[in-house]
Amino acid sequence: MAQFRQVAREQGRRLAPLTDGLELLNSGLDSLCFAIIVTRLEGSLGLDPFSASEDARFPVTLGDFVSFYEHAAK
Amino acid sequence: MNMLRNSRASLRDGLSAVGDLTARSVFGAEASRAWSDLAAGTVLAGRANELCRRSVVVATTNQLTALATLVELDGAARRIVLYPPDLSLEYLPYVVQSAAADAIVSDRPTTGLETPGIASLTPSSWTMMPANPAPKVEHETEWVLLTSGTTGRPKLVVHTLASLAGAIEGGRPPADRMVWSTFYDIRRYGGLQIFLRAALTGTSLVLSSAQETTADFLARAGAHGVTHISGTPSHWRRASMSSSAHLIAPEYVRLSGEIADQAILNHLRSLYPQARIAHAFATTEAGVVFDVNDGLMGFPADVIEHTPHVVMKIENRSLRVRSNRTARCYLGDYNHAIRDAEGFVDTGDVLQLREGRYYFVGRGDGMINVGGMKVYPEEVEAVINGHPKVQMSLVRTKKNPITGALVVADVVLKIASGPASNDMGELHQDILRLCREALPSHKVPAAINFVPALAVADTGKLIRRHA
Repeated sequence: MAQFRQVAREQGRRLAPLTDGLELLNSGLDSLCFAIIVTRLEGSLGLDPFSASEDARFPVTLGDFVSFYEHAAK
Repeated sequence: MNMLRNSRASLRDGLSAVGDLTARSVFGAEASRAWSDLAAGTVLAGRANELCRRSVVVATTNQLTALATLVELDGAARRIVLYPPDLSLEYLPYVVQSAAADAIVSDRPTTGLETPGIASLTPSSWTMMPANPAPKVEHETEWVLLTSGTTGRPKLVVHTLASLAGAIEGGRPPADRMVWSTFYDIRRYGGLQIFLRAALTGTSLVLSSAQETTADFLARAGAHGVTHISGTPSHWRRASMSSSAHLIAPEYVRLSGEIADQAILNHLRSLYPQARIAHAFATTEAGVVFDVNDGLMGFPADVIEHTPHVVMKIENRSLRVRSNRTARCYLGDYNHAIRDAEGFVDTGDVLQLREGRYYFVGRGDGMINVGGMKVYPEEVEAVINGHPKVQMSLVRTKKNPITGALVVADVVLKIASGPASNDMGELHQDILRLCREALPSHKVPAAINFVPALAVADTGKLIRRHA
């Protein structure tokens, strides 16, 4: 969550309140912001669940996004 | 046969050749127009004749207004320059000078350019054309597209309607239910292709809008019954993250403007099981080169030799293309030839052959494609190198599952500045601030790595590993 806030701050964007049901596209962040978040998470967690498989799904809500990473970490 | 191969045919001629257009429309986010009205109306208060034989920059914010202006001016103006809405107006004087423009059509303030030699028109509310439409000139109108250059200044790429429409078979009655749409702005090559395709086949078209969310656009496209839709892989990844992605049920999904990876192709296959999914290779300079329809990334090797109307060859691993769809020349400071002596355009895209299939593996010039937007490393390096503590820097691409690629920078600091490690975070932020002030956000490095040295060749140039 800290990454979301940090990237929003850097890109000068207003972030919506972060809840599980929040749709990522309504969070106030654009594709570039998500791209940066994924890259930084790869740097800190050492995993990129998007590129892990050629059948990657795309998360719609913040809850999806989090479980996406939790699932990949197992 | 495409009637536009006759170079005297204008866009209006093409529109009138497809028959009854009253039931086919262009749907903008704010307003809509029937193609038949676009073929016979004016947004320039009937003053297009004042722009005859002129070089006209079209810099409107609204896409529908821009589209109507293009229909009105093709065949009348000597040259039309398509100024994209996201390009800063700071480049307008350069574009005006490079294109020898003597008229501007804009609903934006173009302060400083209201000089006596330049006619300035503001598109106004819709009216039908007076009885005597603007006289047609006896030569082809040049269409000038703007694309990113190594210095941040746009490159001006000269096409004609015939070269732009070279891949479109026009003049056929459209299928009844066919509705085109595109995530692209029509002033970008990818969007212009869809606009011309819709116009020359008499098909309804749903325009996107920069002011609209992805969800709202998808809902609107769905409401208009879109059957054919195009965008970059990054547009499609963004759409895939929307719960509104299911509001459209296209028969045909087209990807272009970036390398399509297997993940997005597979995802679209499962999202739209009924659709034909194609990825196209096209560039502003080389034009439309080929489509790939087998659902796999890369392309079969025989495409090189068996693509109708297009000659391809690979030299120094880079794909070169010759066809009647390539651009004619550049205007302005960037005075390289687009075509070589034999008429080939070097796309700069580096290919690798693996088991009978070619894959795009990078760029000869290091250009980084961030979600369909070009970034040249030199431009970003120049900004970073402007920091007093930076000795040199190398900007390179990093693969990304959302935007295809991101920009990252390796930075060597001046020895004298030798910062203690606790200052590094501050310096990092300082360099990023400098980049954010000077560059649009997609060109700002997503990561900065401080490195002790960069490899320099005997020539004194940085060694780049692009591909």
